[in-house]
Amino acid sequence: MKAPRFSYVRPESLERVLELLAEHGDEARILAGGQSLMPTLNMRLSEPRLLIDINRIDALKGISLEDGTVRVGALARHAELLDSPLVAEHLPLIAAAMPHVAHVAVRNRGTFGGSIALADPAAELPACAVALDAAFVLASLRGRRTVPARSFFHGLYETELAEDELLVEARIPALAAGYRSSFLEFARRHGDFALAGICCHARIDGAVLSDVRLACFGSEDRPRFAGAASAAAEGRAWSGEVKEAVKAALGGDLDPIGNFHASAATRLHLARVLAGRALDRMAAAG
Amino acid sequence: MADPPGAVGRPLPRSGARRLAFGRGTYTDDLRFPGLLHLAFVRSPHAHARIVKINPGPALAAVPGARVFTGADIARVCTPWQGLMDNLPTMVSPPQHAVAVDRAVWQGEPVAAVVAASRAEAEDAAAGVVVEWEPLPAAAVRDRTLDEDAAPVHPELGSNLSYAAAIRAGDAEAALAGAAHVVEGDFSFARHTGVPLEPRAVIADYDPGEGRLTVHGGHQAPWHQQDTLSRHLGIPEHLVRVVTPDIGGGFGIKLHIYGEEIAVSAVSKLLGRPVKYVADRLESFVSDVQARDQRVSARLGVGEDGGIRGLSVDALSSLGAYGSYGRPPINEGMMTITMAGGPYANEHYEGRLRVAFQNKPPSGMYRAVGQPIACAVTEQLLDRAAHAAGIDPVDMRRRNYWTDEACPVRTPGGIGIGRLSLRACLDRLAAMMDYGALRAEQAALRGRGIHRGIGVATFLEMTSIGPERYGPAGARISTQDGATVRLEPSGAVRCVTSVIEIGQGTHSALAQIVADRLGVAPQDVAVVGGDTSLTPHGGGAWASRGLTIGGEAVWRAAQGLRENILELAGSILQADPADLDLAGGAVSDRATGEARIALAEIGRIGHFRHDTLPPGVQPELAVTRHYVPDAVPFALANGVQGSWLEVDPETGEVRLLEHWVVEDCGRIVNPLLVEEQIRGGVVQGIGGALFEECRHDEEGQMLNATFADYLVPMAAEMPDIHVGHVETPLEGTALGTKGAGEAGTVGAPAAVLLAVNDALRPLGAQVDSLPITPESILHALAAGA
Repeated sequence: MKAPRFSYVRPESLERVLELLAEHGDEARILAGGQSLMPTLNMRLSEPRLLIDINRIDALKGISLEDGTVRVGALARHAELLDSPLVAEHLPLIAAAMPHVAHVAVRNRGTFGGSIALADPAAELPACAVALDAAFVLASLRGRRTVPARSFFHGLYETELAEDELLVEARIPALAAGYRSSFLEFARRHGDFALAGICCHARIDGAVLSDVRLACFGSEDRPRFAGAASAAAEGRAWSGEVKEAVKAALGGDLDPIGNFHASAATRLHLARVLAGRALDRMAAAG
Repeated sequence: MADPPGAVGRPLPRSGARRLAFGRGTYTDDLRFPGLLHLAFVRSPHAHARIVKINPGPALAAVPGARVFTGADIARVCTPWQGLMDNLPTMVSPPQHAVAVDRAVWQGEPVAAVVAASRAEAEDAAAGVVVEWEPLPAAAVRDRTLDEDAAPVHPELGSNLSYAAAIRAGDAEAALAGAAHVVEGDFSFARHTGVPLEPRAVIADYDPGEGRLTVHGGHQAPWHQQDTLSRHLGIPEHLVRVVTPDIGGGFGIKLHIYGEEIAVSAVSKLLGRPVKYVADRLESFVSDVQARDQRVSARLGVGEDGGIRGLSVDALSSLGAYGSYGRPPINEGMMTITMAGGPYANEHYEGRLRVAFQNKPPSGMYRAVGQPIACAVTEQLLDRAAHAAGIDPVDMRRRNYWTDEACPVRTPGGIGIGRLSLRACLDRLAAMMDYGALRAEQAALRGRGIHRGIGVATFLEMTSIGPERYGPAGARISTQDGATVRLEPSGAVRCVTSVIEIGQGTHSALAQIVADRLGVAPQDVAVVGGDTSLTPHGGGAWASRGLTIGGEAVWRAAQGLRENILELAGSILQADPADLDLAGGAVSDRATGEARIALAEIGRIGHFRHDTLPPGVQPELAVTRHYVPDAVPFALANGVQGSWLEVDPETGEVRLLEHWVVEDCGRIVNPLLVEEQIRGGVVQGIGGALFEECRHDEEGQMLNATFADYLVPMAAEMPDIHVGHVETPLEGTALGTKGAGEAGTVGAPAAVLLAVNDALRPLGAQVDSLPITPESILHALAAGA
């Protein structure tokens, strides 16, 4: 289990990173935390010619609050997100998700941007971004563009990122007044990729839910915004009846992919149970 | 002869762990050899295929200087072996080559060995070896391997059946027909493997000048390795040396003879250079021995009083493509049918076993060999019978144990039971669990929709197997161990043992034994081992034998040295040795306890001042003794485990809340070591109950050969494990110890299975397959609803 030969470069500026990406395209891979990339190389599942180490690029670091939006740099480590008072206060959904992201050693090196750009369908952060209506800033020598999370994830490990583009940061709306979040996942062991997971974000007025945003992960080839299930709760007071409606509607949103860890039917069942419980919790939290 | 209060019995931290914590461990991969070459294997991508042609050309072009050895190349210097036993004439097993010749019979079987200057280059070159394959149908579904139309794993055998056996005592069918309640189960136990933290690793160095082969590697039975290397590579045994550096766990995985290790030595012999191979995690999953893998249908009949009337067990045990070499490969299944029902009085028993080949990695011994299966089947049926008869499960066990008056007894399965402590362990466990209160809590929570379960499982653990089993089998594996204990000139002590340290801390316990015999502190005793050219010959680390056999040899060697020291001291002091004793690092007066001469002085005179000794005195300050178990065929340990857990019927999640073990491993030399073994064993047993499974598709492709998908138990999911002890010393030995290395693994799967089914019973569901998964619980609930 040794990586095949590759070249390595550690640029000192974002500009240089973008130049290298423009020059090498698909032959290059970005090395951030390396928590998925390095095993992939060692197992020879991927044989890039060049690794571009972005760990020296300060412009990609940090978490900050600007005008009601939390900016999360692509190089922010999972451990930083977990420990961040900003995240705890303004992005409680992500704060709730972080303890489920792998284990301490992985969180110390793994990055927010790496998780988003890799787009593993069982990862927590892409689904959080979808539920929170985050936007991702992508840069290349051609310029910058901003892509909403809901249209960023195209499929299994496939995203809107072009070969010459780098994910620079995410812009995530901070928690607004009256909103609550709830996060649940079901994994065989703590820290494993989930068999099913749910991110809930909504406004609650009394018991009435509005701007309901449910996103599922671990079920399909990408994080899924559950439009029908969200609509089933929209404008209604939370009740057992609404819960059953949400669970039923989720069958229209999700077409899970089964494997030996759990069948498609089990994954849908688990997503429904989790959605009901997550909304229960959210409604009860007030 | 009882020792005065001393080191034995004390919970002393082990010195070896300190060294490892300081980062000073030296594992095989840490060793440096000048001129070392690295080896990687080309492995079969098919579970069954004919090797049409191997073209090394592209590999040699990609990595100049690399060398490629096919199975035929290796076979020119290495003869194949066959996993047969002299006392099992009906068992069949074909010859196995170190590297496949003509046909590969499991996905992952080595088909070529590639050598280069670094592992990375060896892998580069291996990727360039082009093998032309003709895929053949594979037998890869356990329950169908003996069907008429199953693909043959070894066509020359005519069938996939390796062995069949039956045990009959009394008339089980008639007894079951007459029983008030008959319960049954159709159990499945998944295939799993041992996953030691350090993978298998070997460095072979053949010196063409002297014709010597030195092998460094993490092996649990280096003498077996030495014997195999000598006979199959044609090197005289005294020129083969196997050294075991630090070993990062074994669990039985490193007990076996593997084609990879032997091929590395063959390549070293061919090249006259040191060659290293370290299995990576991916290839460990397709080359380490795999175990369990059984389907067991069983029925138990009890009377109205709950008393057992009869038991019938029918097991289909699956090997891989080959059984283990030199050890009975059918043991997993044999242990199932011999140990089933073991703790309970019964006259009518029928055990049937079929052992079949599959196109999967070879099978071998893994911690607790078959006993977890026997235990789970027996205990689950007993719980069902208790429920059918309306008797509390703990009471059910108490009613059915072999009584002390009945022992010694031979069980219907053929296990000789001497003295056990089943009732004492059960009473202790019930007290530790506060069993009555726990049942009340369970009932109260059920009323609130919380489904908790209690499992109480009795286990027997067969440890320290003696010569009765391996001798007649013709196994070239010793059931004896040996030790040399010697007094150094300074008065410090060295103990050279055949016991192999694989991370279990046995060497520390050996120091405690020596310390008490010689009246010194344990830190004044250094224990070394792990070199077949230097230590006494022995068996190695398996069957929980280190202290029971190796410890007894050490006790005897230390006793011999004690006698020699006292004799020498008698000459020096002009005293009768019978009036002298050893205590506090000195020879003392037995009557008064007064120190007469320091051991350091005995060491100095005994080694350097022979001129001062009376004529004819020959100091013998090193003594070697061996011990082969002669009192009993094996040391039978026993105990009870309890599990308390919660099942979420909506998700199928099992949350382990608490686990208890009361075990009796005879006299305890070091309770810390015993409790580490028990807890670690319980965790590994829980792995089998809830997580671990080698999953193959119908073509024999392993689907989950990474740690992301092969789920080992992790700390976050483990309950607190409370350990209690009952000590019933083994009779006929000086130390009275029995093994403790497998007890946790034998009983934990049963305790968890029973507890899950106890939680599910009111919901009309039961699970009979291990590992129990959320999905299997959901399916059982759906079927039961």
